[in-house]
Amino acid sequence: MAEKLTVFNPTGYPPKVVGKRLASRPQSLDGKTLYLVDCLFDNSEAFMDQLRRWFAEHLPTVNTRMIKPRESWVDDPDMRAKVAADGDAAILGVGL
Amino acid sequence: MGLEQAGVPSVALHTHVFARLAQSVARANGMPRTRQAYVPQPIVDLSPDQLRGYIDGTDPISRRPFMQGVIEALTKPLDEDDLKGLTFERSTPRLLDRDTEDNLQQLFISNNWTDFLPIILPTEERVAAMLKGTSHSPDKVVGRLRPTSFREFWELTVEKVAVNAVMAGAKPEYLPVILAHAASGVTARSSSTTSLAMTSVVNGPIRNEIGMSSGIGAMGPYNHANVTIGRAYNLLSVNGQGGSVPGDTYMGTLGNAYNYSATFAEAEERSPWQPFHVQKGFKPSDSTVSIFFGGRYTASGFGPRATWKEKMIRCLTSIDHNQGPLLVMDPIVARLFVDLGFDSKEKLIDWCAENAQMPARDYWDDQWVQTLTHPLAVAGVEPFASKLKAKPEEMVKLFEPEDISIVVAGGETQGAWRMIGGAYRNKATVSVDAWR
Repeated sequence: MAEKLTVFNPTGYPPKVVGKRLASRPQSLDGKTLYLVDCLFDNSEAFMDQLRRWFAEHLPTVNTRMIKPRESWVDDPDMRAKVAADGDAAILGVGL
Repeated sequence: MGLEQAGVPSVALHTHVFARLAQSVARANGMPRTRQAYVPQPIVDLSPDQLRGYIDGTDPISRRPFMQGVIEALTKPLDEDDLKGLTFERSTPRLLDRDTEDNLQQLFISNNWTDFLPIILPTEERVAAMLKGTSHSPDKVVGRLRPTSFREFWELTVEKVAVNAVMAGAKPEYLPVILAHAASGVTARSSSTTSLAMTSVVNGPIRNEIGMSSGIGAMGPYNHANVTIGRAYNLLSVNGQGGSVPGDTYMGTLGNAYNYSATFAEAEERSPWQPFHVQKGFKPSDSTVSIFFGGRYTASGFGPRATWKEKMIRCLTSIDHNQGPLLVMDPIVARLFVDLGFDSKEKLIDWCAENAQMPARDYWDDQWVQTLTHPLAVAGVEPFASKLKAKPEEMVKLFEPEDISIVVAGGETQGAWRMIGGAYRNKATVSVDAWR
């Protein structure tokens, strides 16, 4: 019978995960301000522009606003604050 | 997820190949019910009509109309799980259950804890022997790593680094160099779709103390210390950050052979120039590790010959414009450049930065310049803002001097040089002496 060994676990120490709640949803987007956040990936601006056009055609009562963070892959607290202050909902894309 | 916490109902759009990653990031952030919707990959290079086709089409993950999913994500009432999120702790027990060598080897492979080459099992005896290579306590935290900026940091202790050093086949006397890699905060295993890899260069007395190579085959599999230190850096990155698993914590589309091991020593004694670490403010008697970010490209040259300027410009203008190069030069090449008047690395670097130019149109058409640099240019950050003002045919510089690095290594069997994706982006020169 083969000898049994005791070996170390090579993985690092992960942080504790603390649950966070989602924001309350409106019943509909009618009359709401919807931010379309262009995440700055290549061609995402063109995608978000097509999304804006879709809303203009299908849900014209939704007030869409395009917005971009200062850099891709980097949190932009100023942009987040603006969306939180003026917006009712947000679509972020097209990201990883 | 930051917007949800600020009270803004949100939905994140991704291409379908990122579904597993997006869901795992949401879970690790305590918000597993984050609303996501998916379109097919790719987005890049598609026309507006093709992109509109995605919007009018079907979500390839949910198999439902894409926009129906988007609207519902923003308006459907929340349930109990949405409101409480998910709180949990992940257990990483110090020791694994006792088992046979064959079963443990298979376990390490199954858990994606290796590079799929055989490893040395980290037994208690081997790890204890490895820990004799440093004066630091096993439970001291060395650093934190993560595969990308939107994932959580995991912590590494001296013991965890020693465990991975054993797995890589390293000797205890290499441990301070491996600990310095871990302390850099730069993972060797980024999850980037672009298949990044790090190259590391060791300077100072430690090179000779532990028998590292800066000579023949320094960048290849010809020296025990070079190879196992570089391998340990990769393994400790894989395991120290919580994985490098395709589709989850690794998305590099092509992969990168530099992810096995890419560590070597600078040939300080045979170089006509200042050692790299001295350029960065360390003393010659200090021992350091410097980490170069990228590894996506390798160009090769010999000489310098009569047409070296044209060759160098061709290489510099063909490489990734957002990832500065690390030039590795055999001492023969370095001495010949001195003969040409470049009596310091800085002079040659300045020449490269000044002469590597291309039309602004071509510069801005690079995918990563467009994604990463263009927003900075729009925000007025120099020198990018000035490049954005250039006319399409106007020549712009690709690199600033600080984007380019030179290290001397090689066995003088040939006047060879290499240009490797190796941005000194993180200013990552770390003391080895601090980890002795």
